[in-house]
Order: sequence, then C-alpha cells, then structure tokens
Amino acid sequence: MNPVWRWFHQLGSPPYFYRFATRWMPWFGLSALVLSVIGLYLGMAKAPADYLQGDSFRIIYIHVPAAWMSMFIYVAMAVNGAIALIWRIKLSELLFLACAPIGAMFTAVTLITGMLWGKPTWGAYWVWDARLTSELVLLFLYFGVIGLASAYDDVRQGARAAAVLGLVGVVNVPIIHFSVKWWNTLHQGETIRIMGKSSIDSSMLWPLLIMALATKLYFVFALLLRARGMLLEQERNKQWVREVLSPPQIAGGRS
Amino acid sequence: MSALRPYHALLARDLRLAFRRRADLLLPLGFAVLVVLLFGIALGGTPERLAPVSAPVIWVTVLLAGFLSLDGLFRPDVDDGTLDQWLAGPTSIVGLMYAKALAHWLLYGVGLTLSTPLLAMLLNLPAELLPVMLIALGIGTLGATQIGIVAAALTARLRRSGILLALIVMPLYLPLLIFGSGAVDAVRLGESPKAALLLLAAQTVLLLTLAPPAAAAALRIGSDNPP
Repeated sequence: MNPVWRWFHQLGSPPYFYRFATRWMPWFGLSALVLSVIGLYLGMAKAPADYLQGDSFRIIYIHVPAAWMSMFIYVAMAVNGAIALIWRIKLSELLFLACAPIGAMFTAVTLITGMLWGKPTWGAYWVWDARLTSELVLLFLYFGVIGLASAYDDVRQGARAAAVLGLVGVVNVPIIHFSVKWWNTLHQGETIRIMGKSSIDSSMLWPLLIMALATKLYFVFALLLRARGMLLEQERNKQWVREVLSPPQIAGGRS
Repeated sequence: MSALRPYHALLARDLRLAFRRRADLLLPLGFAVLVVLLFGIALGGTPERLAPVSAPVIWVTVLLAGFLSLDGLFRPDVDDGTLDQWLAGPTSIVGLMYAKALAHWLLYGVGLTLSTPLLAMLLNLPAELLPVMLIALGIGTLGATQIGIVAAALTARLRRSGILLALIVMPLYLPLLIFGSGAVDAVRLGESPKAALLLLAAQTVLLLTLAPPAAAAALRIGSDNPP
C-alpha cells in the first residue's frame, strides 16, 4: 500500500491518532504562538500607518486572518462531515465536532474586530454591509451545527445529524454570500488578491500573511487538543485509554 | 402510475389529515394576522408609515408562520412508528420526502400566499405591488418548505426542537428573503422584478433538487446505529 494512504488509514485508528496528536500538538501550538508574536510585532510596531485610516487599520492583522479562518474552518468541518457520513469514520465525526466551536470563535472574533474597526471608520459599530452580514449568518450556521449536535443524547448520532446540516450549510454559504452581496454593499474592495498585484504594500502585507499562517497552525493545535479530549471521553471504556490514563507500573521497581 | 402510488398515498394522507383538523390549518393564518396586528400597532397605524414597510413585514410574517408548522411535520410519524416502517420498507425515502414537501407547501405555502391579500389590506400595501408579492411568495414558500423539511427531518427524533429549529432554518431562509422582497422592492422603485424573481426561482429549483435527498439522509441517521 502507498505509504501516504497507509498513514491515513492508521490515523483513523483512535490509539494511533491519540499518539499522533500528543506528539505533534505542542509543535503546532508553539509555532502558532511564535508566529503570532512576530506577526503582531511587525504589524503593530513596524508596519507604517495607513495614509487614510491611520493606526486603526492595524486591526486587520487580527480581523482578516480570523475572517479567512472562519470560512476555511467551515469548509474543513464540512469535509470531515462528508467523510464521516460516507465512510463512517469515527474519528472524522470527532474532528467535525471539534471544528465547530473553533470556527465559531474565529467568526465571533471577526465580527467583534470588524465592529471595532467600523466605529472610527464608518462611524457606527454595525453597518449592514455584505461581508459583515454574511459573517453574522455564518456564526448562526455554526451555532446551528453546535446546537444540533448537542441536542442528541447519542454523540455519534448528533455528529452525523450535524454533519448533514454542515453539508447543507456549505452548499448555502456561497449562495448566502452572493445574495447578501447583491442585496447591499458598501464595504471597501478586497485588498489582497491571490492572482495579480495586491493593492497593499509589502511591509503591511508580510505581517498579515504571517498572522494567516499563525491562525492556521493555531487551528490545527486547537483541533488536535479538542479531538484528543473527546476521543478519550468517547473511548473511555477501551483498553488503550486505560493504559494511557494510568501508566503501567515499572516492573521490578522499588515498591 | 402504480410506481407512484406510495407517494400519492402519502400526499393524500397528509392532506386528508390536515383537513380533518381544520382548526390547526387556520392557526398559521391566525398567527400571521396577529404578527401583522402587532406591527401595525407598533408602527402607529398610519398608512404613510405602514406602506413602505408592508412588503418586508408580510414576507417575514409568512416565513415565520410557515416555520411554526415545521415542528409537527414528522413528529406524528415518529411517534406512531410510521417513520420506522418507511425506513424498513422498499419505498424510496427521497420520493416520500417529495410527497411530504408537496403536501406541506400546498397546505401552508399556498394557503399563506392566498391569504396575503388580507395581510396586504391590513398593512396598506400599495395595490400595484400585490401581484408581484403573490408570485414571489408562491415561489419563495416552495423553497422555504424544502429548507423546512431538512430541518424538521434533522430534529424529528428530538423531544424538544423549537428554538433549535429556528436556529437551523432562519439563516438558510435569508437568500429567499433577499430575492423575494427584492422583487417587490424592484416594482416599488419602478423597475422590472424579473431578475430577482428568476434568481428566487433558481434557488427554489436548487432546493427542490437537493433538499429532499438531504432530508431522507437526515431521517436515516436517527433510525439506527450503523455498524
């Protein structure tokens, strides 16, 4: 078997995943921390102030990465949900469930920082602009997934029901986004483009990209942390969990 | 024709059950009139203030009234074991979902759309907006029903689902609401409502394609623990 595929199959096994998560989690967490310190320092202290918005533009170093993550995590969640529904991999159900609160957190951060930025820039905390509105709807989509999953007594049933809702949501997110955009827009145009020239200076861009990477690493860290905890809870009656939680006595040790 | 019999039977059963309890059938209309009453009083009741907001208020009222009927969509079938019989039987659940959705739309979507002239009268909706309002509501409620059956199927086996159902359904209603009230707004501003209506219809077609299979998948989840 192809080694990559074999690794994937192994990852589906709870004890293997537990060991994998325990080993790699600190590295993801640490690199996220280091990168966000660097990114925030460059963004807050080194990058020049915007000629139009002054220092208030600096909130984009939190706002924009959080906004990217809020959508990225929804897709990651839906992919896990699809895997859970199609191949019935228990671990994917857990990863699906673990994604939702992290995504909701990033969505909330996006909304709060967007509102704080809106006050000096637009003169109001809340403006019914297309992107803020679709972020708010996204937050409620996350709440729906979390609420549905926790309404079921059986964790696995709840996860699968919520996964169906997640897939319905992922079909709807673009529709909601474009319909809200059609409905109204007075947001400033997107300043970063993957293709073509960005309309942002590189001294302002680099901290943003570093922060984007830091939030991605943090997501993996938080995902592994949550999934690991949920895995222990769900498999609490299995032998491997007992071994993990109570390390075997060292044979021949002093008593 | 005989291949369609189970679906036809389900449709006929749902309609017959609804007509045996006519009072229940009138409840959404009563709710809609009450909401309109509250809005009318809160807005001061003067035609100048009511007319500009009447179309959006009617839209929201109709969506809310239709939403109220969702909780009971699958509950009786779960309670008396009909649902388990469907899942065990050879009939396509997706087909049954289409029958269920059609029955729900005929009872509540069409019913509420037909009662719109009454709501429009109470809210002083300008007369020239009524035709486009009826067309948009007719299409929009069909789409809303599709969203509704998915949410109802997801919560069918839960003991309490009221607020949760709202949390699931409302964000998904948003695009329908945008184009539905957008079409009415276009006429109010003297433009053609065609673009908004076509986009509304496109969404409804998409929902008609995707929602019943999703509802069928959702019903299967609660039924058993797969190996």
